[in-house]
Amino acid sequence: MLNVIVAVVVRDLRLAMRRQSDIVSALFFFVIVVSLFPLGIGPEPDLLRKLAPGVLWVAALLATMLSLPRLFADDHRDGTLEQLALAPHPLGLVVTGKVIAHWLVSGLPLALIAPVLGLQFDLSADALIVLTGAILLGTPALSGIGAIGAALTLGVRGGGVLLSLLVLPLYIPVLIFGAGAVDATVSGLGGEGHLSLLAALTFASVGFAPWASAAALKIALE
Amino acid sequence: MLEADNLECVRGERRLFAGIGFRLGAGELLYLQGRNGAGKTSLLRMLIGLLPPVAGEIRWRGRTIRSGEFRADLCYLGHLNAIKEELTPLENLLAAARLADEALSEDEAIDALEQVGLAGREDLACKYLSQGQKRRVALARLVKEKRPLWILDEPFVALDVAAVDWLAGIISGHLQRGGLAIMTTHQLVDIPAGTVRELRLG
Repeated sequence: MLNVIVAVVVRDLRLAMRRQSDIVSALFFFVIVVSLFPLGIGPEPDLLRKLAPGVLWVAALLATMLSLPRLFADDHRDGTLEQLALAPHPLGLVVTGKVIAHWLVSGLPLALIAPVLGLQFDLSADALIVLTGAILLGTPALSGIGAIGAALTLGVRGGGVLLSLLVLPLYIPVLIFGAGAVDATVSGLGGEGHLSLLAALTFASVGFAPWASAAALKIALE
Repeated sequence: MLEADNLECVRGERRLFAGIGFRLGAGELLYLQGRNGAGKTSLLRMLIGLLPPVAGEIRWRGRTIRSGEFRADLCYLGHLNAIKEELTPLENLLAAARLADEALSEDEAIDALEQVGLAGREDLACKYLSQGQKRRVALARLVKEKRPLWILDEPFVALDVAAVDWLAGIISGHLQRGGLAIMTTHQLVDIPAGTVRELRLG
């Protein structure tokens, strides 16, 4: 079981490394969107500190959305998805591997660069640590939920817009608890509660979403 | 071993075929024929379990095909090559074998690629290969393939004469070992072994 997941992760990571422009462009999108806010708002530290968690999280959601349409589309176009669906093990395991690989190339880089961007908003060290932790904990949920949307819109013309409409509303809980964790830390309440809920969301979506996506993929392959 | 009863296929509003049935035993080859749009590919997709039939039933070794056991016995080659353009032929073969839960060593994979005439191109990304060479990468899977049921959709497309002969040899070797094969094709290729049967659609 673990073999399959590892095989898919290795393959997808190798493909991503051969096509680094995808990773880099999503990351640059994140950096630029986040950096535009301090420039637009001006040097008011109090206001920036208040805006930071929301801005960073919204930018992270949008950056994740950028790479979602290709999650299954490439495999679908060249026939690999058919072969994956015909492999002896359940398709849900394959999708779990793809979700993990997607997180490693989209969510993880965002979390690593987030503290640097947080400095532009004059966030304290504590807040930066919680921000990084929250993005690390929350982005797997974004990949998992996104996989359902990507599978449902597979092969649909104009699927990209439809995908955003389907998936962004489902990202709201992650956004609320993710930004809430940093807010709570800044205001001195402590972000542990928010982080626990974020972890719960991640476990639930990484555990269940691949099976829902697999069901949607089977319909797309008919 | 493979039995199909009374299959019916409806795509959109149109009924493509109904009442199709056959039995295929060890060492037998089934040629699916029919004009364009007769439903050959749809029938193949039913047989591999991706498209549920509107009516009828398909059984493999007496059991329904909706199981992991059936998929472990099945090797399907669609009209898409299922190879990744960014990966080299060698990486493609090894990745495909790992994902299908098959043991394939690097030496075996290199040997298979030599047999399909891709010696020296193992380390070149597939996007630099020609259409026929890409098809050969996809077909290289069949060299070491030990699963008993092969379902091939237009396997001879984009191949040159020598490659067509080579593939016919590979398929007849498979039939001699007691394997089963089903394929669609517009060019009737002489497969020098096994019992050849034909099914005409439409």
